[in-house]
This record gives sequence, C-alpha cells and structure tokens, in this order.
Amino acid sequence: MGIAELQAYGYFVLTFFLVVALYGYIYHLYTKKRDASGVDYESYSNMALKDDIDDTPVSALSDEKVPVEGKKK
Amino acid sequence: MENRPLEYDYTIAKMFMLTTIAFGIVGMLIGVILAFQLAFPGLNLMLGDGLAEYTNFSRLRPLHTDAVIFGFTLSGVFATWYYVGQRVLKVSMAESKLLMTLGKLHFWLYLAVVVAVIVSLFAGVTTSKEYAEFEWPIDIAVVVVWVLFGMGIFGLIGIRREKSLYISVWYYIATFLGIAMLYLFNNMEIPTFFATSPSGESGIGAWYHSVSMYAGTNDALVQWWYGHNAVAFGFTVPIVAMIYYFLPKESGQAIYSYKLSLLSFWGLMFVYLWAGGHHLLYSTVPDWMQTMGSIFSVILILPSWGSAINMLLTMKGEWQQVAASPLIKFMVLGSTFYMFSTLEGPIQAIKSVNAIAHFTDWIVGHVHDGVLGWVGFMIMAALYHMAPRVFKREIYSKSLMAAQFWIQTLGVVLYFTSMWIAGITQGMMWRAHDEFGNLAYSFIDTVTVLHPYYAIRGVGGLLYLVGFLMFAYNIYKTMSSRPVEERELQNASPMGA
Ligand code: HEM
Ligand code: HEM
Repeated sequence: MGIAELQAYGYFVLTFFLVVALYGYIYHLYTKKRDASGVDYESYSNMALKDDIDDTPVSALSDEKVPVEGKKK
Repeated sequence: MENRPLEYDYTIAKMFMLTTIAFGIVGMLIGVILAFQLAFPGLNLMLGDGLAEYTNFSRLRPLHTDAVIFGFTLSGVFATWYYVGQRVLKVSMAESKLLMTLGKLHFWLYLAVVVAVIVSLFAGVTTSKEYAEFEWPIDIAVVVVWVLFGMGIFGLIGIRREKSLYISVWYYIATFLGIAMLYLFNNMEIPTFFATSPSGESGIGAWYHSVSMYAGTNDALVQWWYGHNAVAFGFTVPIVAMIYYFLPKESGQAIYSYKLSLLSFWGLMFVYLWAGGHHLLYSTVPDWMQTMGSIFSVILILPSWGSAINMLLTMKGEWQQVAASPLIKFMVLGSTFYMFSTLEGPIQAIKSVNAIAHFTDWIVGHVHDGVLGWVGFMIMAALYHMAPRVFKREIYSKSLMAAQFWIQTLGVVLYFTSMWIAGITQGMMWRAHDEFGNLAYSFIDTVTVLHPYYAIRGVGGLLYLVGFLMFAYNIYKTMSSRPVEERELQNASPMGA
C-alpha cells in the first residue's frame, strides 16, 4: 500500500469520524433539553440580553467573584 | 475614587471605532476611484503624468482591498470585540492593568502597521500575492499585533465571571485561530537577501524583498486556501459574532435557537476549510481537488443559512421593529445579503457556471454584495449600537440614519446588478465563436459593451461612499453632543420610542 492510498483511507476515516461527531452533537443538543450538568442551552441567550456588569451571570464561575457594588476587585 | 462602582471600560473599543471609520473612508474612496477608472481610463492620470505611478489602477487596487479588509473590517472586529467581550463575559477591562496595557499596545502597533502598509503599497513594494501583499518585515509586525489580540481575548476569558462562553465569543476565538493559521502558512517566505544566484553572488535585491516558500501549483493552492478562508475568517466568522450579539441586544429578543447557533458554528468550521479549491477551477491543481472544492461549496449553504435564518427568525413576531428602527433594518438587510451571497457563491462554484463566471465582473459583483451588503452594513450597525453606550450620548440623528440606509441600499443594488450583467455578458462574449471555432469578438469589443455598466457601478459605489460619510458625520455629532444619563440608555434602545 503506497502513501497515496494510505492518505485516501486516512482522509475517508477522518471525514467519517467528523460526520459521526457532528450528527452525534446534533442528537445531543436536541434530545436533551438539559445536559448532564443541568444546562438549558436556550438560557444562554441571556448572556447577551442581561449583560450589565451587575447582572447575575447565567452561570457564575464562582460565588465570591460577583462584583460588589462600590468596590473594585 | 476607590468607591466608584465597577463599569465596563470602553477606551480601546473607542479607539478602534475611530480607525474603523477612518480606514472605511480611505478604502471606499479608493474603491470609488478604481470604479471610475475602469469606466473612464483617463482617470488613471488624474494627477498628471508625473504622478501616474501613484494614481494608476494597478497601484491603487491592492490599497483598496487591503484598506477595506485589514483597515476597515479588522478595526471593526477589534472595536466590537473590546465592547462585546467584556459584556458577555461580565468583566471589565478596568479590572486588569495588564489587559488594558496590552489593549493599548495592540491598538498603537496595529495603527503603525497599517501606516506601514499604506506607505509601502503606495511605493509599489509588494509580494504580489492577493490579500497578502505585505513584505516580510510587515508580516512579522502583523504577527505581533495578532498575538496581542489573542492575549487580550484569552486574558479576558481568564478573568471572566460568566462560566460559559456566549456564542459570539466562540466566533471571535475562531477568527483569532483561523487567521493566525492562515496568515502564518501563506506568508512563509524567504528574504531574497539569503538567496544565492547560480553565479555565486548573494545578497540580491533590496533587503525587504522576499520570495514565497512555495512554487507553482503549490503556491496557488496555499494562496487560495488562504484567500478563501480570509473571506471565511475575516468577512464571515467575526461578522456572525457581531450579529449574534447586536441583533438580540438591539431588538430585545433572545436568539431564535441557541442550539442552532452552536450547530452552525461547527458546521461552518468543518466545511469552510475545504472549499478554497473553487478559486482554482480549470487550473493546474488536481482535478479531484477542484471537485472537492465545488462540492464543499454547495454544502456550505447549510451552515451559512443556518446562522442567517436563525437571525431572521430572532425577529419572529417583532417585524414592526424592522419598520420602526433603521438600525435593525441594517442588520436584517445584512443577514439577507449574507444569505444572498452564500447562495450566489455556491452557484459560481459549480464548474460549468464557473467556466463563464471566472475572471469576469460577476465575481466582483459577488464580492461586493457580500462586503457592502453584509460586512459593511453589519459593522456600521454595530458601531451605531455601541456609540450611544460608549460615548454616553444619544445618536445624533435617526432620520439621517434612515436616509443613509436607503442611499446605501440603492448603491449596493446598482453595484451588484450592473456587475451581474457586465460579468455574464463578458463571459458569453469571450467564449462565443463561429462554426470554425474562430472567436466572435476581440477583447476591445467587450470593453466597449461594458462601459455603461462600469459607469453604473461607479455611481452605485459613490452612493455607498456618500452613505458612509453620513454615517461618519452622525457618529461624529453623537460623540460631541450633550451627554445623557447612562441609565436611560442601558435598558431602552436609543432607537425605541
Ligand atoms: C457559501 C459561501 C460562499 C461560496 C461557496 C463562495 C464561492 C465563491 C466563488 C466560486 C468565487 C469565485 C472564484 C473565481 O472564479 O475566481 C468567490 C469569490 C469571492 N468571494 Fe465568495 N463565496 C461564498 C461567500 C462569500 C461571502 C459571504 C463573501 C464576502 C463577504 C465572499 C467573498 C468573496 C471574495 C472576496 C471573492 C473574490 C476572491 C478573488 O478572486 O480575489 N464570498 N466566492
Ligand atoms: C464604496 C464602495 C466600493 C467600491 C466603489 C469598490 C470598488 C471596487 C473595484 C472597482 C474593485 C476592482 C474590481 C476589478 O478589479 O475589476 C474592487 C475590488 C475589491 N473590493 Fe471593493 N469597492 C467598494 C467597497 C468595498 C468594501 C467595503 C470592501 C470590503 C469590506 C471591498 C472589498 C473588495 C475586494 C475584496 C476586492 C477584490 C475582488 C476580487 O479580486 O475579485 N470593497 N472594489
């Protein structure tokens, strides 16, 4: 088997893998309204809609990092 | 001073907003000059014989493309990043001295590079690779600017309060990574200084010249892998980032389907990189690669329309806003033009269609319905949304904005319709032959026939430029008007009421 043939098989396997991964991702997104960690993807729109600095984050990175009024970090 | 409430810091965003406008004016002015030069060749000598070197079409063309791509569009991308990034990550630039310094460095170095580009291209110093004309010293500076941009992105992400990254941030990251990869590989070049001629002499040519590391067909392949994906990661990905933020914000509507936005993101990343072959149909690149380019181009409709339809559906039930707000008009027409050019592109990528379209004005028409209708409209809309918030003032004139919208829309329509007719006429005339295979027309016949369409395109482009000047004036008056309370601006859009 020459290098060209190997490349062709490799290319096919890669494409196949990516297609499976993409469809798997679609399945994952649409079958579970909430994923394992309890996240509803549609609520993520609020990251833009409620984006003032003192708005509550959709999912805060950590509790103590929420800015306190009148205090710089 | 210590007790001021934390606010977003738009210092850097403001600076990039100004360069967006300045380079927009320069780039589009040169575009209009080019358009009229094609219609009236005498204009090549508009400043007389002595300066002909600097005013002819071929010297000015790369100045147009590079000023609008790397000046106008990139500034717009940077300006919106330094605005959107902070907000969706809920962290202020003011919280990190380091990020602020990097941002300023990013801006000033970027400005220096653009000036170097303008000077060198006017002087005729070029590598002659389309959209990659800069010689190696500038390339190195570009890389530094890009690294600073990346440090800004990842630095801000590093100190964020919001755990997940909003979809726009994904697109900004993809812009950063995509362009980094493309730019590095396409600009691999060797300074001629290191070359040795067959007779043994070295240090040939000026120190700033270089030759590409690739040759022949390979060079063409790398060049169009770059060229096509510069469209992907410069004219599509960051502009999608903008619309995913600014349209929901301006209309107060949540994205129609956040899941669809994620899906289209991966679809776009997956498909775009394979489509570059459509620039090289019927050339010396391997046949299978051309076919692959065509096929992937057609598939590319799906993720492109996925984003565009998602945006239009975001307005579902809220169409009265489109009628009421010129700002939303810009964005809705922008996504419509996006759908339009991503349908036109795949059609041109079909081999038999490309046989007629390639080398003709139809391609130039395709380019400009994308860049004027989609990229230009979206960047102006973004700046219009940002201006009241960063300058803490109301937009100076809503009716000026509405007038601008209609003038520019007319300009775009004149531009692409004239180029369609010109392009298809050109393509048909070039291939027409008699029963013995003799060509029916000589080149000059096409030039004569196309003249009116070139003139119409010039007028269309001029209208677009006039609209852009109205935009610049509107922003300028906004900056310098009476400040208003920030609270008034934050919830209600200045367009409402
Ligand atoms: C599905 C998406 C798209 C596809 C499949 C596509 C396809 C094509 C094709 C086939 C060409 C002509 C190549 C030739 O014969 O010379 C072309 C040229 C071009 N397109 Fe697109 N296009 C798409 C979207 C866009 C968008 C959205 C923009 C800009 C906003 C754009 C900008 C350009 C530019 C700048 C060129 C000219 C490149 C050059 O020759 O210098 N395209 N495109
Ligand atoms: C005022 C509006 C504009 C006018 C009148 C204009 C005019 C022109 C002209 C005459 C050309 C050369 C076409 C040829 O060689 O036959 C051109 C090329 C080009 N312009 Fe514009 N332009 C305008 C705005 C823009 C904007 C805003 C962008 C991008 C954001 C842009 C991107 C390009 C690109 C990428 C090309 C190269 C196309 C190719 O190689 O196929 N233009 N423009």
